Amino acid sequence: MDERLSRRRLLGAGVMGAGGLLLSGCDKLNGTPGFRALLESAEKAHQGSQRLIAGAALAREFAPGDMSPVFRANGNRDAAGNAEWSGHLASGFPNWKLRVDGLVLRPLDLSLEALRALPRRTQITRHDCVEGWSAIGQWSGTQLGPVLKAAGLLPAARYIVFHCADRFGDAPYYESIDLIDAFHPQTILADTMNGRALPVDHGAPLRLRVERQLGYKQAKYVMRIEARSSLAGLYGGKGGYWEDRYDYAWYAGI
Amino acid sequence: MDGPADHAGKDPAAETPVRRHRLSTRLWHWVNAATLAIMLMSGLMIFNAHPRLYWGQYGANFDAPWLEIGNAGETGVVRIGGFVLHTSGFFGTSRDAHGVMQAVAFPRWLTIPSTYSLADARLWHLAFAWVLALGLAAYLLWSLANGHLRRDLHITRAEWSPRHIWHDVVEHLRLRFPAGLAALRYGVLQKLAYCGVLFGLIPLAILTGLTLSPGTNAGLPWLVELFGGRQSARSIHFLAALGLVLFFVVHIAMVLLAGPVNQVRAMVTGWFRLPKERADG
Repeated sequence: MDERLSRRRLLGAGVMGAGGLLLSGCDKLNGTPGFRALLESAEKAHQGSQRLIAGAALAREFAPGDMSPVFRANGNRDAAGNAEWSGHLASGFPNWKLRVDGLVLRPLDLSLEALRALPRRTQITRHDCVEGWSAIGQWSGTQLGPVLKAAGLLPAARYIVFHCADRFGDAPYYESIDLIDAFHPQTILADTMNGRALPVDHGAPLRLRVERQLGYKQAKYVMRIEARSSLAGLYGGKGGYWEDRYDYAWYAGI
Repeated sequence: MDGPADHAGKDPAAETPVRRHRLSTRLWHWVNAATLAIMLMSGLMIFNAHPRLYWGQYGANFDAPWLEIGNAGETGVVRIGGFVLHTSGFFGTSRDAHGVMQAVAFPRWLTIPSTYSLADARLWHLAFAWVLALGLAAYLLWSLANGHLRRDLHITRAEWSPRHIWHDVVEHLRLRFPAGLAALRYGVLQKLAYCGVLFGLIPLAILTGLTLSPGTNAGLPWLVELFGGRQSARSIHFLAALGLVLFFVVHIAMVLLAGPVNQVRAMVTGWFRLPKERADG
């Protein structure tokens, strides 16, 4: 009996020890570049398998009765630190223009009116934050594909970057998607939310909706769209504010 | 590899080591144990980013959660439906590495990484999800091919009888475990528990996990609807993890009661010493 008890105690201590080792070991591994690179290599597998599963499918669209009573605004609630944006906000955005440039044949400056003349889409979709919460809302806006066609993408273009007016500290918000998502029919530049002009806390006057990815890709306060061949050399080089600053995955379909 | 059934006709002396677990079972057991620990702990860190669970398609700060882990000052509070539990130091509030009380749903010693990083937790969780899913698929195929499922895990018609199950329950409550050759066979409760994990909880955790991806939801919209919407799926994902934790607790208790050294040795080396027959038969 004594032998059994001591064995039990030994095993108990072993389990506790193993637990402690696992925990400190994981923290150590988490800071080891080689191991992180291994974990990050799985991101290519996530992206490849998700693209295989989703293909060109649309994100589910909901009925008006399915909408969240209150749609939570997250991230920056305005871009007040940006004088140009603040000036446009004060006057109601009549002279505001979206710049489309980079690897395009014809750089464009599009007013909200000019954007509204291009093919539009209205969709009630579920917004999924990386934190885990979801909200369902209605978005209307110009499809991104026709905007890019109007500007004429050059063959070298691989990524579409969204430069935003808001900042975290001194870091400007930006995001990027590839051409698969850029030309997806549900990828829109929304100027309208739940039937009203896009509110300031949701990114007035224009925000991106890329419905098959998480919330941090849905750039708000979009001022400029740039076509690029690579994300290297732009800010931190990882294709977005959260990607650069906090190591979030660039592909956020998972 | 030898299986329990291979010994049915032999008459080994008590305490004689016999082969018990196949290599496939031992390999999967330990890889899966480590993977589940990592999935659970990185999952708890992800949960910490929004420690509320909802039913339905949507759910965010302005909607009513069915479960919430929060705090009122230094008091940790868990709310489940109408019930409120004070859980300071464990859930809701706990001490950081410097001993300072912090408002955090799950404590640092239960999460990967131990300090808040949603991005890093996702990096671990999503990478090891492949190990979990591919490991389970490989093990089930291997176990189908080598007869493990049919011989050791299949629950026979006789075993399904309420009388038989009740008898096994009573034996467990009296802490009387099978001895001699009978110890090589899984009891019906054991089979139910293992099948529940293999075919129930782990697949449920994997499928509900998939439905948390907006990409998968576009491609397989029926899957998220099967669970009643994304926030329901997230709740079920959490409950499946809780189910696996409960399995772990019972599993460890049973191993300790049945002779931990012999049981662990059998799962590491494959060799098992048959427990002696009881004097009272």
